[in-house]
Amino acid sequence: MLAYLIRRLALAAVTTWAITVVTFIILQLPPGDFVDAYVAQASALGTAISAAEATALRHAYGLDQSLWVQYFKWLNLVVHGQFGQSFEYGRPVTEVIGDRLWLTILLSIGAIIVTWGLALPIGIYSAVRQYSWGDTIFTFLGFVGLAVPNFLLALIVMYVGLRLLNMNVGGLFSADYQLAAWSWAKLWDLCKHLPVPILILALAGTAQLVRIMRANLLDELRRPYVVTARARGLSERRVILKYPVRAALNPFASTIGYLLPYTVSGSVIISVVLSLPTVGPLLLHSLLSQDMLLGSTIILMLGVLTVLGTLLSDLLLMWIDPRIRLGQLR
Amino acid sequence: MIVTDAESRVAVATQRQLIWWRFRKHRLALVSAVIVVGFYVIAIFADTLAYTEPFDTQAARSYIPPQPIHWFDADGHFHPTVYALKGRRDPRTFKLAYLPDPAEPRDLILFARGYEYRLLGLIPTEIHLLGVPDGRPQDALFLLGTDQMGRDVFSRLVLATRTSLSIGLVGVTLSLVLGVLLGGLSGLYGGWTDTVIQRVIEILRSIPTIPLWMGLAAAVPASWSPQQVYFAITLIISLIGWTELARVVRGRFLSLREEDFITAAELAGASRMRIIFKHMVPSFLSHIIAAVSLALPAMIISETTLSFLGLGLRPPAISWGVLLQDAQNLQTLGLAPWLLVVALPVIVVILAFNFLGDGLRDAADPYG
Amino acid sequence: MADPILQVRDLHTHFFADEGVVRAVDGVSFDLFPGRTLGIVGESGCGKSVTARSILRIVERPGRIVSGEILLRRQTGAVVDVARLPVDGPEVRAIRGGDIGLVFQEPMSALSAFHTIGNQLIEAVRLHARLNRKRARERAIELLAMAGIPRPADRIDAYSFELSGGLRQRVMIALALAGEPRVLIADEPTTALDVTTQAQILTLMRRLQQQRDLAVILITHDMGVIAEMADDVVVMYLGKEVEKGPVDAIFHAPRHPYTRSLLRSIPSVLARPRSRLATLSGSIPHPFARPGGCPFHPRCPDKLTGLCDTTVPAEVVIGEDHATACHLYTTQDAKVPA
Ligand SMILES: Nc1ncnc2c1ncn2[C@@H]1O[C@H](COP(=O)(O)OP(=O)(O)O)[C@@H](O)[C@H]1O
Ligand SMILES: [Mg+2]
Repeated sequence: MLAYLIRRLALAAVTTWAITVVTFIILQLPPGDFVDAYVAQASALGTAISAAEATALRHAYGLDQSLWVQYFKWLNLVVHGQFGQSFEYGRPVTEVIGDRLWLTILLSIGAIIVTWGLALPIGIYSAVRQYSWGDTIFTFLGFVGLAVPNFLLALIVMYVGLRLLNMNVGGLFSADYQLAAWSWAKLWDLCKHLPVPILILALAGTAQLVRIMRANLLDELRRPYVVTARARGLSERRVILKYPVRAALNPFASTIGYLLPYTVSGSVIISVVLSLPTVGPLLLHSLLSQDMLLGSTIILMLGVLTVLGTLLSDLLLMWIDPRIRLGQLR
Repeated sequence: MIVTDAESRVAVATQRQLIWWRFRKHRLALVSAVIVVGFYVIAIFADTLAYTEPFDTQAARSYIPPQPIHWFDADGHFHPTVYALKGRRDPRTFKLAYLPDPAEPRDLILFARGYEYRLLGLIPTEIHLLGVPDGRPQDALFLLGTDQMGRDVFSRLVLATRTSLSIGLVGVTLSLVLGVLLGGLSGLYGGWTDTVIQRVIEILRSIPTIPLWMGLAAAVPASWSPQQVYFAITLIISLIGWTELARVVRGRFLSLREEDFITAAELAGASRMRIIFKHMVPSFLSHIIAAVSLALPAMIISETTLSFLGLGLRPPAISWGVLLQDAQNLQTLGLAPWLLVVALPVIVVILAFNFLGDGLRDAADPYG
Repeated sequence: MADPILQVRDLHTHFFADEGVVRAVDGVSFDLFPGRTLGIVGESGCGKSVTARSILRIVERPGRIVSGEILLRRQTGAVVDVARLPVDGPEVRAIRGGDIGLVFQEPMSALSAFHTIGNQLIEAVRLHARLNRKRARERAIELLAMAGIPRPADRIDAYSFELSGGLRQRVMIALALAGEPRVLIADEPTTALDVTTQAQILTLMRRLQQQRDLAVILITHDMGVIAEMADDVVVMYLGKEVEKGPVDAIFHAPRHPYTRSLLRSIPSVLARPRSRLATLSGSIPHPFARPGGCPFHPRCPDKLTGLCDTTVPAEVVIGEDHATACHLYTTQDAKVPA
């Protein structure tokens, strides 16, 4: 178990490091350094930045030194929570992001819960009734779920909502609450707006998980312990729900490792289409306007949060699997 | 295991055939194969199928809804026509509006003259599959309507198909090269090489790809030509898309070393080369083809998504994502819902590739 | 001899696969008596396990019992045809574990890795007896002790992967007996075990049989195990019974050429498990490529060309309770090897 724990922690650490490198590369990629962009942007807005100020900024980020030095200076700042200023908004990046990060997390977690809540029973049904009508229909729907890109689904839902139901499914708050401070009423308003984006976000993931659950369970159903459980006189329902489903649950639960990044990715896109106040539209906007400190910070945060989420779920998995807990599996 | 002569002959002669037999049983996969081929034919002959120059803008033709073909004339004879546009003033607002006018019928003809292009990129020609006798389809033929700038949606859609499908193909090729290289190294050498490559894959898969792509794509300079952007985007997509292919390749390498039929064939006295070409190559290839046809739709989705967001291909390039970008906001959708028609080929192609890949995978490895 | 507790009559169980029909069990009949052991022997793939599963009605799709009777005298004294009962109905479920217990070849994968032994054992106990949790747990510990597991009160909370192969198989036996069945089917119970453990498990089974007057069906491909354990023997080949009789007759006067070659293949009881039948040429044909006539004729050293490859031999009685299905004993001019 200790070995498993160490392996997971090490992998998470390395992944986090890799994310910082990638983020740094993204920060560096655009032509010119971002202080140039900042100066240009500022002068376009009418507030001139003195050469001295620019030099000071360059120095803070080590832009006058080698890439390695730049990377470590930047990393040092980031580790201390200093993500810098958004050039476009003229405010600290963290302030610009604000609540949006939490809404992103909320949306993603909600989608994952719905994904599992749907995929588990459907997967079990499809495996136990393999090749039945229901299985065929779910399989087909699953393929459709896989085939329709997230943003397209959002677009179609939005269009249908507008045309047939005459309602705007975009946004997470009604106009009244958009700028209001947090209150119970605002929270309730949020809850009313969440289901549509969560369902859209959950659909593709559900389709994949159903296939995984179905395949795993079909595998487990063939195992000898199912036969022996049946031979002991358990009812079919009890046999299946207690033994093979339990066994298939583990590989299923471990899909969080890719479900989480997938869902976070999806949340960015559908937020843009449905204009949800998550980090998605902010990321797009910052990238389009080359506000690289803001953009790269969002990428960094999404990446690190995903890694943390995956790590947490891995630990949970470790705890529920006796083979790992007792050191049988690594 | 004792292998009798008959058994080994069955195994040797029909490895390829077995795969084909199993594939043939998947009706849906078979239909999908036809659809996929059909789409690539469209892509190859895109310019011929288009009838209006895809960049031909004209404010007067803005947002014209799709116009039907009138198959029969007044006497009930088969005589397909379309109505040409005619400007008319709105009696109340006095605004000039262009609408198809039944008084101005144009014959719809096959192999008509239109804008000039190079067939297959080589042969200069003006022949298009559809057209009108006067060579001005842009005033009369609106199968799928026009966009805001008065460009013909059908023609643009056909050309977008070419771009989007080819980006998928090029991207998958790049991914495949990376995947075969790294997956092969991983599977052949094992040990440290394998561990390192596997960890890299694991790391790449645990990072949300879309934000990453967006970040990388945003760095493509605005001054680049459409061709440069095209290759940059393809590269970005394939940089992250290779992991699944590498996984499949590695798995194949590992299992090929152990697989029963190889040992069986060796026991039966087959030579090494024969084993490789009769058994390993077909089995390997079919797995790779299956993986590729499952990776392709992911590539297409990526390109479409990025372009849709404005970070991928940019106008004047035409791809499905670029076209969908026009349908992005509610006002446009309310005004011109037909712009959403682009969604259809996207969904159909992705579905077809998925079914095809699934069928191929089942055929290649019914127990895998 | 007492009345039989289980009578199988002309059982046919087939698998209806896309590629064709596999006649996994194709006409098997035998009687099983309390306190006695019936050995079913044959090479792997000849339908032994499917026979066992048919008796418990746990043949999985696409397989099903096509015809035949499985007459079981239940604890109540009533005789039921198990083959006619609805497949997941309450009566069949009461029979599974309650009248007939099953021990499986793979002691590793026959237990769930996600549940403790106690969890599975207590569940089985309570399924067939009205006991509260505490009593059921005590009963489970008794069962483990009875199966010869040291420190049963500790082991009950262990997971199967924490136990050795021998202990796991003892747990399987405890599980099979949890519902106090009077018939025990042991499907290759010792195949996966090393020789010493194998002997211990067989000893345990004999002891339990004597204590409980169990009727045992012992399935194996190992003639050595048959010699040690069985009272009566059924020899199967490709789903058909080719010879059956008391163990002495089978060992001392084997009639069917297949039985003979099986016997010639035992070097000693201490042989390495799973070693190949040395003197038998060729292997079992593919299930779909079943030979016509007598299924054994392609490998038979004594085959009568023109007869064995065209006509299925009928069963002939050749001694007291001793029968075989072989043309050598039906035709006048055939020279019967001594
Ligand atoms: N689920 C199944 N589907 C198809 N055929 C099966 C299935 N289970 C067993 N068989 C076939 O039944 C025959 C007998 O199998 P089995 O009873 O397991 O043999 P054994 O004598 O080794 O226990 C084999 O030829 C096997 O191919
Ligand atoms: Mg068996």
